[in-house]
Amino acid sequence: MRVKVNGVEMDVMADTIAKLLKELDINPSRVVVEVNLEIVKRVHFDEYKIKEGDSIEIVNFVGGG
Amino acid sequence: MTDPLIIKGIEFKSRLWVGTGKYKNFEETARAIEASGTDVVTVAVRRVNIIDRSQENLLDYIDPKKYKILPNTAGCYTVEDALRYARLAREAGVSDMIKLEVIGDEKTLFPDVCGLLKATEILAKEGFIVLPYTNDDPITAKRLVDAGAAAVMPLGAPIGSGLGIRNPYNIKIILETVDVPVIVDAGVGTASDVAIAMELGCDAVLVNTAIAGAKDPIMMAEALKHACIAGRLAYKAGRIPKKLYASASSPIEGMLI
Repeated sequence: MRVKVNGVEMDVMADTIAKLLKELDINPSRVVVEVNLEIVKRVHFDEYKIKEGDSIEIVNFVGGG
Repeated sequence: MTDPLIIKGIEFKSRLWVGTGKYKNFEETARAIEASGTDVVTVAVRRVNIIDRSQENLLDYIDPKKYKILPNTAGCYTVEDALRYARLAREAGVSDMIKLEVIGDEKTLFPDVCGLLKATEILAKEGFIVLPYTNDDPITAKRLVDAGAAAVMPLGAPIGSGLGIRNPYNIKIILETVDVPVIVDAGVGTASDVAIAMELGCDAVLVNTAIAGAKDPIMMAEALKHACIAGRLAYKAGRIPKKLYASASSPIEGMLI
């Protein structure tokens, strides 16, 4: 399905957050995920279904002052 | 010497706080932090690079068990954005603290005081330990404390400017005005700036660019560590008052006439 991840439109196989992170080769323990401006708790990654057209943000900590 | 700083029950062993931005690489970041002797580092919240997965994670180099992680809301120009970034940061699960920035202007990076007050109030109510980056205005500092700030972080000078503590008198008045820790954030250029802030009685100093931008960041980190300890000790020791005229250190008595 077609979703937007971190501002990039893409087609993904995954239908849950956990599968999406695996597809993108991202370690779930280090990131925070937001779908359509709502934070998805890490414990819900396995069950949270993503839908066509969702806007997904995957963030982590980077160097900053 | 044990002289911890305590904010909402969290004990900070070091009064020199260090940012993790602008370093050449994570290895240099880790070495500079180690050399600074700090136990608290600031970080920013940003998108994961989903295209280039070879990029490493900052937390592979900075162990959250060893260092307290203080996320910031740098780059946020509205209350809404600052709240969003703060909530994302807390969801990472390493800290309820937030170094709250609501920026008002790109050129100076001075805070938007109205937005800062509003965001502080909302986040404090949500249980965040809010440490707002503010200007050196004592009235704003007081308002921030009224809004629920756990500490205030007045700037010494614009972020990354290295201009030092431009208004030590205002910092001094802030120290007398609020009953929460005062942490100078931004403007430090070199060791003497850290010492001045600490001699004024500030509870801590946060530094990023002065270390990361130095020719030898590791050596500068060590220099600032010593400056921070020196400034703190000098403050606690109590300096002599400044006087216009001399006062001889050697006795007059016993001089040859």
